[in-house]
Amino acid sequence: MVPISNFLVVSALLFAIGTAGVMVSRNLLIIFMSIELMLNAANLAIITFSRMNLNVDGHIIVFIVLTVAAAEAAVGLAIIIMIFRNRETVNADKFNLLKR
Amino acid sequence: MLDLIIFYLAALIAIGGAIMMIMQRNPVASVMYLIASLVAQAILYIQLSALFVGALLIIVYAGAILVLFLFVIMLLNLRGEHFEEASWNIGRFTKYGLAVVFFLEVIVIIRQLTLPESVAVGADQAVAESFGSVETVATRLFREYLFPFELTSVLLLVAIIGAIVMAKKDKTEPGGDI
Repeated sequence: MVPISNFLVVSALLFAIGTAGVMVSRNLLIIFMSIELMLNAANLAIITFSRMNLNVDGHIIVFIVLTVAAAEAAVGLAIIIMIFRNRETVNADKFNLLKR
Repeated sequence: MLDLIIFYLAALIAIGGAIMMIMQRNPVASVMYLIASLVAQAILYIQLSALFVGALLIIVYAGAILVLFLFVIMLLNLRGEHFEEASWNIGRFTKYGLAVVFFLEVIVIIRQLTLPESVAVGADQAVAESFGSVETVATRLFREYLFPFELTSVLLLVAIIGAIVMAKKDKTEPGGDI
């Protein structure tokens, strides 16, 4: 018998790891993967609450989030390819154009 | 009891895979760890009776999105000099500390919640056999949520067009600025 709060703790931990990845990593691809991980952590929390209330609407939300993640991956990876083509790097510190 | 063992195994793989993912220098290894983490998360979904979404996570996420990542990494042809050097300075520890603080805050919020005992996974309660099955989710999706479902097609179309326009080589000005 698994208490429902355990799933929420796992979800929180995954989200925290995702934030750490976004903040710490300098590789664009790994930053992007961390964002995907955070989306999945949120999905896990939604599924948990959906199971708690025995309401299947949460599954629909997760379905939509998966679609958004797919669209985000396509556009984000296109941006990364473009940046690499122009700068020959995937290091996020090498093109802080807005910082200057 | 078996539920608990499966839960802890899946949670361990999900969290361990996530930690290993952000520790890697090589993005290919990162993708592999993320796939391991996602499969473990799908097991958690299935424990929460979300069979359809769990299958969807493996098929769409591990099978399509992360393969797209691998394709892009292959396309970029990254070599050793493109990987960051691991520097353990004070700023790095501050960032990890911030993530830990965030986690503790969420734990405090979870503690505040009053979660009924009866909904624990594996407790003697009536979860309908059909909960989370393809039939239930599809019925709800195509009856009440038909319009949002149709809107996702527009979203995907915009993403396809955006990706093609951005990744297309501009022949007129070679090496143009970002």
